[in-house]
Amino acid sequence: MAHIGAMDADHDILIVGGGLAGPLLALALARAGLRSAVIDAEPSETFTDPEFDGRAYALALSSVRMLDALGLWDALEGKTQPILGITASDGRPGEGAAPWALHFDAAEIEDGPMGHIVEDRVLRPLLLEAIGAEERVTHMPSTRVTAQSTEGSLARLTLSGGKELTGRLVVGADGRSSGTAERAGIRRTGWGYDQTALVAAIAHELPHEGVAHQFFMPSGPLAILPLPGNRSSIVWSETAEDAARIADLPDEAFLDHLRPRFGDFRGEIALAGKRYGYPLGLSLTDRMVAPRVALVGDAAHGIHPIAGQGLNLGFRDVAALAEVLTDARRRGEDIGAPDVLARYQSWRRFDTAALAIATDGFNRLFSNDNPLLRVVRDVGMGLVNAAPPLRRGFMREAAGLTGDLPRLLQGRPL
Amino acid sequence: MTVTIDDTEIAKFQAMAAEWWDPEGKFKPLHMLNPTRLDYITAQIAAEFGRDLKGETPFAGLRILDIGCGGGLLSEPMARLGAEVVGADAAERNIPVAELHAEQSGLEIDYRHTTAEALAEAGEQFDVVLNMEVVEHVADPPAYLAACHALLKPGGLMVCSTINRNPKSFAMAIVGAEYVMRWLPKGTHDWNKFITPDELFSLLEGAGLKPVDRKGFVFNPILWTWGLSDRDLSVNYVTASIRSA
Repeated sequence: MAHIGAMDADHDILIVGGGLAGPLLALALARAGLRSAVIDAEPSETFTDPEFDGRAYALALSSVRMLDALGLWDALEGKTQPILGITASDGRPGEGAAPWALHFDAAEIEDGPMGHIVEDRVLRPLLLEAIGAEERVTHMPSTRVTAQSTEGSLARLTLSGGKELTGRLVVGADGRSSGTAERAGIRRTGWGYDQTALVAAIAHELPHEGVAHQFFMPSGPLAILPLPGNRSSIVWSETAEDAARIADLPDEAFLDHLRPRFGDFRGEIALAGKRYGYPLGLSLTDRMVAPRVALVGDAAHGIHPIAGQGLNLGFRDVAALAEVLTDARRRGEDIGAPDVLARYQSWRRFDTAALAIATDGFNRLFSNDNPLLRVVRDVGMGLVNAAPPLRRGFMREAAGLTGDLPRLLQGRPL
Repeated sequence: MTVTIDDTEIAKFQAMAAEWWDPEGKFKPLHMLNPTRLDYITAQIAAEFGRDLKGETPFAGLRILDIGCGGGLLSEPMARLGAEVVGADAAERNIPVAELHAEQSGLEIDYRHTTAEALAEAGEQFDVVLNMEVVEHVADPPAYLAACHALLKPGGLMVCSTINRNPKSFAMAIVGAEYVMRWLPKGTHDWNKFITPDELFSLLEGAGLKPVDRKGFVFNPILWTWGLSDRDLSVNYVTASIRSA
């Protein structure tokens, strides 16, 4: 008989971080029968504050399938914008697009839209509401971790206020400056891009037809992501210095700076919400696991948003970790054992490192006004455009449909 | 001690006992094989006794014997799934190692320094007998399997794995695993004691058991992992058999 005693754990898994990856993992685990606590530094009021985070995310098709497998997708009905096309082009303010523009059309892959844009203020409350309704998840807002240790088969956290909590595994979902990783002695490497992303929702006169645009400007890319209605989310990367200056401008002056970059192809534009600024950087850990510790999402790898892959990478971590842990539990293994965690790391490590390097290289290649590189870019994009199989390959990759996919990303239950 | 276990065999494993639970240590190959063994064992038990592996303690109420339990690599998962587990090992030194680890894992497991024959003689019976990588080490397989039969309750399930006997198994299990990869200490296995699947099925039937399934454990050198195969039983393989009700 299973023994109830001193070595019994309060929960199966202790998840540190209440952003998107943490609650998503808690939910995936709960649906598979595992119990977790989500230790969240933020107070609960922030979740219902629509201005808490202004970002919008491009959910890859595989991420959409995962939300569907977890029973969340129906609740997002009508609140996301399908991506029906993506146009990428080289540009300089006031000059418009270069002659070669790369266009991806959803009609080219058989799986329907390439993805969906969802706003943080829609996705975050949905996830938190879902874990609130799940009896296998204990959500602990306004709680910080002050110490973490392992003892035999237990992981132990000391919380602000002095309470101790035990589990078989601690998962760090606590972002780029992950305290979980630091306390576990996992080192980070990375660099800032000296770029800041200015993020805002924009209302425009003409419909976007579901097309996302990426303009590569010398100072950094400008992404225009379609939102439900005649709205788009802009992710406008500028050098940190210029971004700080632009951020300080009043709304009308901000729009005056944006217009030559945005162009007039959607008619009149106006701000449709608050403006935000996020400094950009690359932050990678040297490993994703330590004794009784695993990292997911930005805690393991904060990448450049240029290809819109950051959150999808977090979804893939969560799907892989949830599957490894669920399978381990069903065969009776210790879910925090080193060989179990090694399976997660070997499944995810290559993917995350490859994408981090690719997006870093992309940003360096495109955030540049060197005339020679501009020619290389234009010719390269033209070539990709002229070769449908190559273009479909890029699209399937960005849609998350390639590689050794965890069950949840295929839309299957655990 | 008993008649069916060679003293030399026991001594070989005693030398290895302390390293049982290090996945990167001497028992690395067993740790690598373990998830695949567990997948097979759990699926067979679930099918035989109508249990749902998605439940919290699917094996609650089942009494399971793990013969040659070593450090408890199979006993602990079975206990975690809710079974009442007896772990038996003929190597005395394995018992305290296994007990210590079970305590650290918060699991209660009845580890005993004993043999299948002694347990059978004492009249112990189980729903499931795990007989993994043992039969190739015993001196008298028919006598040993007769004891295993006696240990099963009517309708009970035995899962038995071993190594095939052919040139490939000689190359893989002895030259490869012991000499080239140094996965196991040299002399761990004696190729002459390896048993073909047909021989094992005859032995099982001879002991009064009804074989119901056999699968291969196949190593994938590219993914560096083990998997189950319906067709390839050329080296490591596993069987399931039932004592009729």
